[in-house]
Amino acid sequence: MHFERFIGQRSEPVVNAVEKEAVRTFAEAIADPNPLYVDEKAARMSWYGGLIAPPTFPRIFDYGEVEGIGSPGQGFIHGEHRIRYERPLFVGEEVRCYAEVKDYYEKEGREGVLGFLISERVGETSEGERIFAMLDTAVLTPGMRENLGL
Amino acid sequence: MSGEKPAWRVGDEIDERTLPPVTSSQLVRYAEASGDHNPIHTSARAAEEAGLSGVIAHGMLTAAAMGLPFSPYLEHGYVKELKVRFSGMVYLGDELSVGGSATGAVETAEGRLYDFEVHARKGEDVVASGTASFVVFE
Repeated sequence: MHFERFIGQRSEPVVNAVEKEAVRTFAEAIADPNPLYVDEKAARMSWYGGLIAPPTFPRIFDYGEVEGIGSPGQGFIHGEHRIRYERPLFVGEEVRCYAEVKDYYEKEGREGVLGFLISERVGETSEGERIFAMLDTAVLTPGMRENLGL
Repeated sequence: MSGEKPAWRVGDEIDERTLPPVTSSQLVRYAEASGDHNPIHTSARAAEEAGLSGVIAHGMLTAAAMGLPFSPYLEHGYVKELKVRFSGMVYLGDELSVGGSATGAVETAEGRLYDFEVHARKGEDVVASGTASFVVFE
Protein backbone atom coordinates (compact mmCIF):
# COMPACT_ATOMS: atom_id res chain seq x y z
CA MET A 1 0.00 0.00 0.00
CA HIS A 2 1.41 3.38 -1.01
CA PHE A 3 0.04 6.13 1.16
CA GLU A 4 1.22 8.81 -1.26
CA ARG A 5 -1.66 8.01 -3.57
CA PHE A 6 -4.19 8.89 -0.86
CA ILE A 7 -2.92 12.45 -0.48
CA GLY A 8 -5.83 14.79 -1.13
CA GLN A 9 -8.45 12.05 -0.64
CA ARG A 10 -11.39 12.99 1.54
CA SER A 11 -14.07 10.98 3.35
CA GLU A 12 -17.80 11.36 2.80
CA PRO A 13 -18.97 13.72 5.57
CA VAL A 14 -20.78 12.24 8.58
CA VAL A 15 -23.16 14.23 10.77
CA ASN A 16 -22.40 13.91 14.50
CA ALA A 17 -24.46 15.25 17.38
CA VAL A 18 -22.74 16.81 20.39
CA GLU A 19 -24.60 14.81 23.01
CA LYS A 20 -24.95 16.01 26.57
CA GLU A 21 -24.27 12.60 28.09
CA ALA A 22 -21.24 11.99 25.85
CA VAL A 23 -19.76 15.34 26.92
CA ARG A 24 -20.39 14.56 30.59
CA THR A 25 -18.79 11.10 30.32
CA PHE A 26 -15.84 12.57 28.45
CA ALA A 27 -15.37 15.44 30.93
CA GLU A 28 -15.35 12.92 33.78
CA ALA A 29 -12.90 10.64 31.96
CA ILE A 30 -10.41 13.50 31.53
CA ALA A 31 -10.98 14.55 35.17
CA ASP A 32 -12.34 17.96 34.20
CA PRO A 33 -15.97 18.20 35.34
CA ASN A 34 -16.11 21.96 34.70
CA PRO A 35 -19.67 23.25 35.31
CA LEU A 36 -19.68 24.69 31.79
CA TYR A 37 -19.36 21.13 30.46
CA VAL A 38 -21.81 19.41 32.79
CA ASP A 39 -24.09 21.83 34.67
CA GLU A 40 -26.86 23.09 32.42
CA LYS A 41 -28.01 25.80 34.81
CA ALA A 42 -24.54 27.25 35.35
CA ALA A 43 -23.87 27.11 31.63
CA ARG A 44 -27.12 28.86 30.75
CA MET A 45 -26.18 31.84 32.91
CA SER A 46 -22.65 32.02 31.49
CA TRP A 47 -21.27 33.96 28.50
CA TYR A 48 -21.93 30.86 26.37
CA GLY A 49 -25.62 30.61 27.22
CA GLY A 50 -25.39 26.81 27.22
CA LEU A 51 -23.15 23.79 27.72
CA ILE A 52 -19.93 23.56 25.73
CA ALA A 53 -17.53 20.68 25.00
CA PRO A 54 -13.92 20.29 26.25
CA PRO A 55 -11.14 21.27 23.78
CA THR A 56 -10.13 17.69 22.92
CA PHE A 57 -13.69 16.35 22.66
CA PRO A 58 -13.98 16.45 18.82
CA ARG A 59 -11.60 13.50 18.58
CA ILE A 60 -14.54 11.22 19.44
CA PHE A 61 -16.59 12.11 16.35
CA ASP A 62 -17.00 9.87 13.33
CA TYR A 63 -15.20 11.54 10.39
CA GLY A 64 -16.07 8.88 7.84
CA GLU A 65 -13.63 6.70 5.97
CA VAL A 66 -11.19 7.57 3.26
CA GLU A 67 -11.60 4.88 0.61
CA GLY A 68 -8.80 2.36 0.90
CA ILE A 69 -7.47 3.36 4.33
CA GLY A 70 -10.51 3.91 6.53
CA SER A 71 -9.99 6.42 9.31
CA PRO A 72 -6.55 7.92 8.47
CA GLY A 73 -3.91 7.13 11.08
CA GLN A 74 -6.04 4.78 13.16
CA GLY A 75 -3.96 2.05 14.79
CA PHE A 76 -0.69 3.94 14.32
CA ILE A 77 1.30 5.87 16.91
CA HIS A 78 0.06 9.37 17.63
CA GLY A 79 2.92 11.77 16.97
CA GLU A 80 1.28 15.18 16.96
CA HIS A 81 -2.16 16.67 17.45
CA ARG A 82 -3.39 20.14 16.73
CA ILE A 83 -6.89 21.53 17.06
CA ARG A 84 -8.00 25.00 16.18
CA TYR A 85 -11.46 26.39 16.89
CA GLU A 86 -13.26 29.15 15.02
CA ARG A 87 -15.66 29.34 17.95
CA PRO A 88 -16.63 27.19 20.98
CA LEU A 89 -18.37 23.86 20.31
CA PHE A 90 -21.82 23.69 21.88
CA VAL A 91 -23.69 20.75 23.33
CA GLY A 92 -26.79 20.01 21.31
CA GLU A 93 -25.49 21.09 17.94
CA GLU A 94 -24.94 18.92 14.91
CA VAL A 95 -21.51 18.87 13.33
CA ARG A 96 -20.73 17.68 9.83
CA CYS A 97 -17.35 15.97 9.98
CA TYR A 98 -14.92 14.74 7.36
CA ALA A 99 -11.29 13.63 7.18
CA GLU A 100 -8.70 14.31 4.51
CA VAL A 101 -5.24 12.84 3.96
CA LYS A 102 -2.86 15.80 3.71
CA ASP A 103 0.59 14.27 3.36
CA TYR A 104 2.71 11.17 3.69
CA TYR A 105 6.49 11.00 3.91
CA GLU A 106 9.17 8.71 5.24
CA LYS A 107 12.31 9.31 7.26
CA GLU A 108 15.24 7.17 8.23
CA GLY A 109 15.04 6.43 11.97
CA ARG A 110 17.41 4.64 14.34
CA GLU A 111 15.64 1.32 13.85
CA GLY A 112 14.60 1.64 10.22
CA VAL A 113 12.34 3.73 8.03
CA LEU A 114 9.47 5.56 9.73
CA GLY A 115 6.31 6.67 7.93
CA PHE A 116 4.45 9.88 8.77
CA LEU A 117 0.80 10.22 7.76
CA ILE A 118 -0.68 13.70 8.13
CA SER A 119 -4.45 13.95 8.20
CA GLU A 120 -6.91 16.75 8.77
CA ARG A 121 -10.31 16.39 10.42
CA VAL A 122 -12.82 19.17 10.04
CA GLY A 123 -16.09 19.92 11.81
CA GLU A 124 -18.54 22.36 10.24
CA THR A 125 -22.16 23.43 10.50
CA SER A 126 -24.76 22.11 8.06
CA GLU A 127 -24.30 25.43 6.21
CA GLY A 128 -20.63 24.60 5.71
CA GLU A 129 -19.31 27.07 8.27
CA ARG A 130 -16.15 25.75 9.90
CA ILE A 131 -16.22 25.18 13.68
CA PHE A 132 -12.87 23.48 14.17
CA ALA A 133 -10.08 21.70 12.33
CA MET A 134 -7.63 19.12 13.66
CA LEU A 135 -4.31 18.15 12.16
CA ASP A 136 -2.83 14.84 13.27
CA THR A 137 0.48 13.17 12.57
CA ALA A 138 0.40 9.37 12.81
CA VAL A 139 3.70 7.52 12.90
CA LEU A 140 4.22 4.09 11.33
CA THR A 141 7.06 2.20 12.94
CA PRO A 142 9.28 -0.04 10.78
CA GLY A 143 7.30 -3.03 12.14
CA MET A 144 3.97 -1.50 11.15
CA ARG A 145 5.31 -0.67 7.68
CA GLU A 146 6.42 -4.26 7.29
CA ASN A 147 3.01 -5.60 8.36
CA LEU A 148 1.39 -3.39 5.73
CA GLY A 149 3.79 -4.63 3.08
CA LEU A 150 5.49 -1.25 2.58
CA MET B 1 -13.98 28.57 38.69
CA SER B 2 -12.09 31.78 39.26
CA GLY B 3 -14.16 34.95 39.34
CA GLU B 4 -11.65 37.35 37.89
CA LYS B 5 -10.97 37.93 34.22
CA PRO B 6 -7.45 36.65 33.60
CA ALA B 7 -4.58 38.67 32.14
CA TRP B 8 -1.11 37.20 31.57
CA ARG B 9 2.21 38.86 30.86
CA VAL B 10 4.95 37.19 28.87
CA GLY B 11 6.69 34.74 31.18
CA ASP B 12 3.75 34.33 33.55
CA GLU B 13 3.28 30.70 34.44
CA ILE B 14 -0.07 28.98 34.49
CA ASP B 15 -0.56 26.96 37.65
CA GLU B 16 1.24 23.69 37.18
CA ARG B 17 -0.69 20.75 38.54
CA THR B 18 0.38 17.24 39.31
CA LEU B 19 -2.21 14.61 38.48
CA PRO B 20 -2.87 11.35 40.31
CA PRO B 21 -0.92 8.33 38.99
CA VAL B 22 -2.35 6.82 35.78
CA THR B 23 -4.55 3.80 36.57
CA SER B 24 -5.95 1.07 34.34
CA SER B 25 -9.53 1.93 35.31
CA GLN B 26 -8.89 5.51 34.16
CA LEU B 27 -7.68 4.25 30.76
CA VAL B 28 -10.69 1.93 30.42
CA ARG B 29 -12.94 4.89 31.24
CA TYR B 30 -11.19 7.10 28.67
CA ALA B 31 -11.34 4.33 26.03
CA GLU B 32 -15.10 4.07 26.56
CA ALA B 33 -15.69 7.83 26.62
CA SER B 34 -13.54 8.51 23.56
CA GLY B 35 -14.25 5.41 21.50
CA ASP B 36 -10.51 4.76 21.13
CA HIS B 37 -10.37 1.04 21.80
CA ASN B 38 -6.79 0.36 20.70
CA PRO B 39 -5.93 -2.55 23.07
CA ILE B 40 -2.41 -1.22 23.83
CA HIS B 41 -4.19 1.13 26.27
CA THR B 42 -6.09 -1.55 28.15
CA SER B 43 -4.38 -4.92 27.71
CA ALA B 44 -0.88 -5.69 28.98
CA ARG B 45 -0.59 -8.52 26.50
CA ALA B 46 -1.56 -6.34 23.53
CA ALA B 47 0.92 -3.69 24.68
CA GLU B 48 3.72 -6.25 24.93
CA GLU B 49 2.86 -7.68 21.52
CA ALA B 50 3.21 -4.16 20.12
CA GLY B 51 6.72 -3.99 21.56
CA LEU B 52 5.88 -1.77 24.51
CA SER B 53 7.06 -2.50 28.03
CA GLY B 54 3.50 -2.16 29.34
CA VAL B 55 0.11 -0.54 28.86
CA ILE B 56 0.41 3.10 27.77
CA ALA B 57 -2.02 5.99 28.21
CA HIS B 58 -3.81 7.45 25.18
CA GLY B 59 -1.91 10.38 23.68
CA MET B 60 -5.17 12.32 23.57
CA LEU B 61 -5.64 11.81 27.30
CA THR B 62 -2.29 13.54 27.86
CA ALA B 63 -3.39 16.29 25.44
CA ALA B 64 -6.61 16.70 27.44
CA ALA B 65 -4.54 16.96 30.64
CA MET B 66 -2.52 19.76 29.04
CA GLY B 67 -5.74 21.72 28.63
CA LEU B 68 -6.69 21.33 32.31
CA PRO B 69 -4.78 24.41 33.59
CA PHE B 70 -7.05 26.60 31.42
CA SER B 71 -10.29 25.13 32.76
CA PRO B 72 -10.57 27.56 35.74
CA TYR B 73 -10.73 30.48 33.25
CA LEU B 74 -13.39 29.00 30.99
CA GLU B 75 -16.09 31.45 31.99
CA HIS B 76 -13.91 34.27 30.59
CA GLY B 77 -12.74 32.63 27.39
CA TYR B 78 -11.84 29.36 25.73
CA VAL B 79 -8.96 27.35 24.28
CA LYS B 80 -8.72 28.55 20.70
CA GLU B 81 -5.87 26.29 19.70
CA LEU B 82 -3.97 23.39 21.22
CA LYS B 83 -0.92 21.92 19.53
CA VAL B 84 0.79 18.94 21.12
CA ARG B 85 3.80 16.86 20.13
CA PHE B 86 3.97 13.49 21.88
CA SER B 87 7.58 12.66 22.66
CA GLY B 88 7.45 10.01 25.38
CA MET B 89 5.27 7.17 26.58
CA VAL B 90 3.02 7.47 29.63
CA TYR B 91 2.76 4.17 31.54
CA LEU B 92 0.50 2.98 34.34
CA GLY B 93 1.54 4.54 37.63
CA ASP B 94 3.15 7.57 35.98
CA GLU B 95 2.44 10.90 37.65
CA LEU B 96 2.11 13.70 35.13
CA SER B 97 2.62 17.37 35.85
CA VAL B 98 1.03 19.76 33.37
CA GLY B 99 1.73 23.45 33.05
CA GLY B 100 3.05 26.21 30.83
CA SER B 101 3.83 29.89 30.52
CA ALA B 102 2.63 32.86 28.49
CA THR B 103 4.65 33.74 25.40
CA GLY B 104 2.65 36.60 23.92
CA ALA B 105 -0.73 38.21 23.32
CA VAL B 106 -2.55 39.90 20.44
CA GLU B 107 -5.88 41.67 20.08
CA THR B 108 -8.40 39.82 17.92
CA ALA B 109 -12.03 40.36 16.92
CA GLU B 110 -13.07 37.90 19.65
CA GLY B 111 -10.94 39.38 22.39
CA ARG B 112 -7.36 39.27 23.63
CA LEU B 113 -5.63 36.10 22.46
CA TYR B 114 -2.86 34.77 24.72
CA ASP B 115 -0.24 32.30 23.54
CA PHE B 116 1.40 29.76 25.84
CA GLU B 117 4.01 27.08 25.71
CA VAL B 118 2.56 24.00 27.41
CA HIS B 119 4.06 20.74 28.57
CA ALA B 120 3.39 17.46 30.34
CA ARG B 121 6.24 15.85 32.23
CA LYS B 122 6.91 12.98 34.58
CA GLY B 123 9.62 14.22 36.88
CA GLU B 124 12.16 15.91 34.62
CA ASP B 125 11.13 13.77 31.66
CA VAL B 126 8.96 15.74 29.19
CA VAL B 127 6.42 13.40 27.54
CA ALA B 128 4.52 16.01 25.51
CA SER B 129 5.03 19.65 24.66
CA GLY B 130 3.45 22.25 22.47
CA THR B 131 1.51 25.48 22.43
CA ALA B 132 -1.93 26.65 23.47
CA SER B 133 -3.87 29.81 22.66
CA PHE B 134 -6.60 31.09 24.95
CA VAL B 135 -8.91 33.92 23.97
CA VAL B 136 -10.33 36.13 26.73
CA PHE B 137 -13.66 37.67 25.74
CA GLU B 138 -13.94 41.48 25.60
